[in-house]
Amino acid sequence: MANEEIRVNKTDSPTSEEVVTIRQKTKQALRRFSRKKANLIPILQKVQNHLGYLPREAMLEIAGFLGIPPVDVYSVVTFYNQFRRHPPGRHGIKVCLGTACHMKGGYITLDAWRRRLNIDVRQTTPDREFELDTVACVGCCVMAPVTVVDDKPQGKVEPTRVDGILLAFKLEKEGKKTQ
Amino acid sequence: MKIAERPAVVSAFQEVRNQALERWQALWDSGRPAILVGTATCGRAAGALEVLQALRDEVKKHNLDCPVLEVGCLGHCYAEPLVIVRKPRYPAIAYGRINPVTAGRLVRDFILGDDPCLEFVLGALETNDLVPSFADFPRAQYEKRVILKDCGLIDPEQIDHYLANGGYQALVKALQMKPEDIIEEVKRSGLRGMGGAGFTAGEKWDICRQSPGRPKYVICNGDEGDPGAFMDRAILESDPHSVLEGIIIAGYTIGARYGYIYVRAEYPLAVKRARIALRQARKLNLLGRNILGSDFSFDIKLFPGSGAFVCGEETALIASIEGEPGMPRHRPPYPAASGLFGRPTLINNVKTLASVRHIIENGAGPFASAGTEKSKGTAVFALAGKVVNTGLVEVPMGTTLRQVIFDVGSGIPKGKRFKAVQIGGPSGGCIPASALDLPIDFDSLSGVGAMMGSGGMVVLDEDDCMVEIARYFLEFTQKESCGKCTFCRLGTKQMLAILDDITKGQGKMADIALLNEIARDVKAGSLCGLGKTAPNPVLTTLRYFRDEYEAHIKEGRCPSLMCPALIAYYILPEKCERSCDACVGTCTVEAISTNKKRIKVIDQAKCVKCGTCLTACPPQYSAVVKLSPPSLVPASEK
Repeated sequence: MANEEIRVNKTDSPTSEEVVTIRQKTKQALRRFSRKKANLIPILQKVQNHLGYLPREAMLEIAGFLGIPPVDVYSVVTFYNQFRRHPPGRHGIKVCLGTACHMKGGYITLDAWRRRLNIDVRQTTPDREFELDTVACVGCCVMAPVTVVDDKPQGKVEPTRVDGILLAFKLEKEGKKTQ
Repeated sequence: MKIAERPAVVSAFQEVRNQALERWQALWDSGRPAILVGTATCGRAAGALEVLQALRDEVKKHNLDCPVLEVGCLGHCYAEPLVIVRKPRYPAIAYGRINPVTAGRLVRDFILGDDPCLEFVLGALETNDLVPSFADFPRAQYEKRVILKDCGLIDPEQIDHYLANGGYQALVKALQMKPEDIIEEVKRSGLRGMGGAGFTAGEKWDICRQSPGRPKYVICNGDEGDPGAFMDRAILESDPHSVLEGIIIAGYTIGARYGYIYVRAEYPLAVKRARIALRQARKLNLLGRNILGSDFSFDIKLFPGSGAFVCGEETALIASIEGEPGMPRHRPPYPAASGLFGRPTLINNVKTLASVRHIIENGAGPFASAGTEKSKGTAVFALAGKVVNTGLVEVPMGTTLRQVIFDVGSGIPKGKRFKAVQIGGPSGGCIPASALDLPIDFDSLSGVGAMMGSGGMVVLDEDDCMVEIARYFLEFTQKESCGKCTFCRLGTKQMLAILDDITKGQGKMADIALLNEIARDVKAGSLCGLGKTAPNPVLTTLRYFRDEYEAHIKEGRCPSLMCPALIAYYILPEKCERSCDACVGTCTVEAISTNKKRIKVIDQAKCVKCGTCLTACPPQYSAVVKLSPPSLVPASEK
């Protein structure tokens, strides 16, 4: 994960204006919560919903709000798989690596995504169009191998289908341009 | 049994129930047809939402009076998207593998016309003279739907449907019983925790009820993290109120004021439907202050998890609700004595709580009549992997593995040979064919080194490499280890490194003994179930499939032709058809070229071993083969 850190710092660190909006949006999200530590995870989920990820500034804001050391927030954010510290891509690609998907070739599908998007797991393409991630199991084992594309689980995604999905996105984008 | 008179509760409920029944009957008895579409996550992955839209469009286009409803999962996941059509004068018929086009035909030909489209029929829900019914399927001989009774038949987002099917009657009955009597009833039923550990539910309730300290909490554990298991998801998505009812009854029994439903973050639809169910129950005063006019007040909060497998462990789950990283704590004290915020807390699995209503409503007898001596009732299994009829099935405890896989699941597809069944997720083990006649209950599988666990069953056939599956599970547990215990944190890492080497053909024979040794230490040196059971997949595969480990180590060969580093794809020149280039176009990395004789050749250096060419090669040629070890590829082609 060391590589990821470097990447994030180089290209994704927010500008000073962005910091202001991050702080504002975080404050907004905090409004309906009471200052109890038990609210930490629901707060993080809410803020991530608003911002798409949990930047450093948001974590500091939350720590201040709950009156706990920032490192406590950081430890929770890094412990759970759902929390992310880098900005999301426009399209989220999550390859299911549950048992059934794995045995039916989920790892081959993941390879195909990696190759086509030219990024590794938990990374975003430089144009922020796609991000690649894995998920432990979405419980649609009978449709294996599954890839969750923009929150919609798609069944039987094999390497050729990967190309198909990417082509559909490309056409959609070009369609928008010509309109 | 002494029943405290609470007539107010009964009459308050009767009114609610009557209204629900009226609306339910209006739906069916009005003489108009109705269509049900299974839109649980498994259906959605197969395109159920598109089918739903197509049905609605078609019904609208023809101006039909025909409601199109969303229901949950019927368990026949192999046939998703699944549509049920109810039409007067016809039995209710389920159709499988419907797409938007065939959906349109169902409306035009069956609803509008009178052709029941027999070509798409999966089965009828009731016995009749027209089409075979589910009762005629071999699986019906074993299936006994208790927990899944209404799943796939009612709209999970409408409390009316649940109420009209006997919902919340158990709660009304419970509110008139003394808590001690409820505990007695649950104890007599023999209900055991269905999350995997199998602790007697009645006893847990009793301990929790008698523990001092207030407020008490009830937590429903829906953090179904085992890859390959989806029973809890299906229940929460298909019949959330049955879980709610169980939680409320448990709350009343132990004297709790608050409850939590902890649902995995990876199940957004389950979260949504549980949330809707909570809102509806509150509206009808089945939750909240003075439930149905009684003096019992109780409310439930939904807590979506954040993606950590270890949070399925009860103390880790509690830590997570408290806003901490989900690390297990030392037990005792058990949560029943000191749990959430240090208060007595009852934690039960989704299926355990969903069983409660049946025990209270019908008494312990009917529940206890199914199952084995020590494991009563039914078990829900999620059948996935290399099996024909994948899906959910509920059978009495004690049904054998062979019956579940070959009779209910209809065996292995494509005429392949059964190799093993992986049961119980990362904590379970791989059970070989020789143990197929073992009855499945809480205790029987421990003899072969596995456990029933929560009920995920992944069937493996001859193409699945057992070393690879052991490596896969270890990779999973290693990643999900919270890092608290040294043996779990470091031991799993070392085991994974060894298995990685073996699957790459770099293993040594001494590794097998070393694996056994580390496995023993990890088991002994870990606090929670994750570490204690993490070595199971390795130990069981070593025990039953040692020859596969040896083939990897000694010959650099993967007998199942699965491990990427130990196989090569090769096109047999004598079989390759000169006029065909199906593989050339589909190769995802352009590694296939045509030689002078117009025979196709794979550039081994470019090949990424995705297997697309193998699928693309027309069956009449079958020229693409996998070879292991890769050195079998003739030197001229390397």
